[in-house]
Amino acid sequence: MEWLFPRDGEYRMPQIETFYEVMRRQGITRRSFLKYCSLTAAALGLGPAFAPRIANAMETRPRTPVLWLHGLECTCCSESFIRSAHPLVKDVVLSMISLDYDDTLMAAAGHQAEQALEDTIKKYKGEYILAVEGNPPLNEDGMFCIVGGKPFLDQLKHAAKDAKAIIAWGSCASWGCVQAARPNPTQAVPIHKVITDKPIIKVPGCPPIAEVMTGVISYMLTFGKVPELDRQGRPKMFYSQRIHDKCYRRPHFDAGQFVESWDDEGARKGYCLYKVGCKGPTTYNACSTVRWNEGTSFPIQAGHGCIGCSEDGFWDKGSFYDRLTDIQQFGIEKNADEIGMAAAGAVGAGIAAHAAVSAIKRAQHKGDHE
Amino acid sequence: MTKAVNENDARNAEQQSRSQLRQRKQTAVYVYEAPVRLWHWITVLSVIVLCASGYFIGSPLPTMPGEAIDNYLMGYIRFAHFAAGYILAVAFIGRIYWAIVGNHHARELFIVPLHRKQWWAEAWHEVRWYLFLEKTPKKYIGHNPLGQLAMFSFFVLGNTFMILTGFALYSEGLGQGSWADIGFGWIIPLMGQSQDVHTWHHLGMWYIILFVMIHVYVAVREDIMSRQSLISTMVGGWRMFKDNRPD
Repeated sequence: MEWLFPRDGEYRMPQIETFYEVMRRQGITRRSFLKYCSLTAAALGLGPAFAPRIANAMETRPRTPVLWLHGLECTCCSESFIRSAHPLVKDVVLSMISLDYDDTLMAAAGHQAEQALEDTIKKYKGEYILAVEGNPPLNEDGMFCIVGGKPFLDQLKHAAKDAKAIIAWGSCASWGCVQAARPNPTQAVPIHKVITDKPIIKVPGCPPIAEVMTGVISYMLTFGKVPELDRQGRPKMFYSQRIHDKCYRRPHFDAGQFVESWDDEGARKGYCLYKVGCKGPTTYNACSTVRWNEGTSFPIQAGHGCIGCSEDGFWDKGSFYDRLTDIQQFGIEKNADEIGMAAAGAVGAGIAAHAAVSAIKRAQHKGDHE
Repeated sequence: MTKAVNENDARNAEQQSRSQLRQRKQTAVYVYEAPVRLWHWITVLSVIVLCASGYFIGSPLPTMPGEAIDNYLMGYIRFAHFAAGYILAVAFIGRIYWAIVGNHHARELFIVPLHRKQWWAEAWHEVRWYLFLEKTPKKYIGHNPLGQLAMFSFFVLGNTFMILTGFALYSEGLGQGSWADIGFGWIIPLMGQSQDVHTWHHLGMWYIILFVMIHVYVAVREDIMSRQSLISTMVGGWRMFKDNRPD
């Protein structure tokens, strides 16, 4: 595991405040601070023994500069992030990451904002975290997304060059999302197609869950390293299981009890939404455990199937209400079953015809070789 | 008196049947060894269970009445699918082992001699035979070249694909870090995402169903119309030839 920051005991005198100092300055009591540490440990799936370690890190570790870039996106990731469940989490994370550049949230604008970006890149060369929301369009030299008078593609490459690690916020930065859906006129691509020499932590979702976003940042700042990632670069602590694996309606799936159509008896009883196209069995995310809006609910709990928004290319997998993907190569959109049955029918008819001809031929030549 | 007549009749009948036998002279060759036959029928049963259970996993049966606690239908269907999948995969590994240690007919499924001219000539003959352009089929001890090619491309490749994608999907349930995830989990990002693997696995089922339809039809047809036994060979292992004329 690559260490992003100096390990405990190797610190120089902190040039910027520690997280704890910031929190105290904001009037947060030590009691609340320790509560936050316990909460964070729980959110990260760590045991109670880790709470003091988090507290220690917060007290001694200097804040980490974070640059938050916005490409082709809808800002739903930022909207989600600032609605993190525990108000403390939001405040602390926002202050503790020393958010030096985020054109949606920062006070500065115009040339001053762009200057802040340049200053941070220069001052903390190789030390800052780059968080990217949205993605770069490549068509027409990147002209479909202009930031500060230049293509976003250029800004992204420039900021990524000296970053220590990169976080891909949301499905746009991770997979491409709606702007990369067929036919993708702007040639929008996920950031890993443009940045190939840096570790990229993908936090997909449209948007990602707020607690997942703050959890990932908290982990990186507390332990000074990139969280353990799966094959596709997603943090295992939040993306290692499917919605289906931890869904509270799972017993109805196993029992074979389904919502057959909207507003039927099964829907009223809260049966499994598999038959009305729930993508829970093919979607890796933490919705069924962490839930949304301060843990209030999540789509399936509200009676609608998962649409698989944290999965690669979810816009191009056919209807949100079909379990079988449409296969477009066949001209008319067909699913696997329709194609299979048509093929089986054709082969069956062929066999019947061939058998009939065989029988006639055999009758004609009967006795030829006897 | 009557006893003597009966004995006479019996002797006559015996002689008659023996001369008939001599006339047709069925020669026989031992082709399919016991492990190959056992594997064949285990695979038949597994594929039937896998197709039925797999179809109902993709398109479940109508909702079960009563409480969830009293029902476990999807659980049982999925269990049947996974159990049959394990059996199919283990049997296939055993079959590959037997291709190495068994007789040379056991290798026919896996090695298609595309480099041999005679193989192509015989394959072309088989195409003409199936198009009713040849009156007399050829004799084969093992598979005919067309059958061999079909077995390889439909069954060996299809079965391998289904085992790989099947265990990749199975790894999703076992979770990250499980043996199935380590061994087969890489297939999921390779094919896009989980839903893509589901779709391909589903298409693979129809590929196997097409194979089974053609396989059964051709086996029955050849058993009747060709010059050698087929179905009984996969039961008893012996290939019987119906005539004594040269190939």
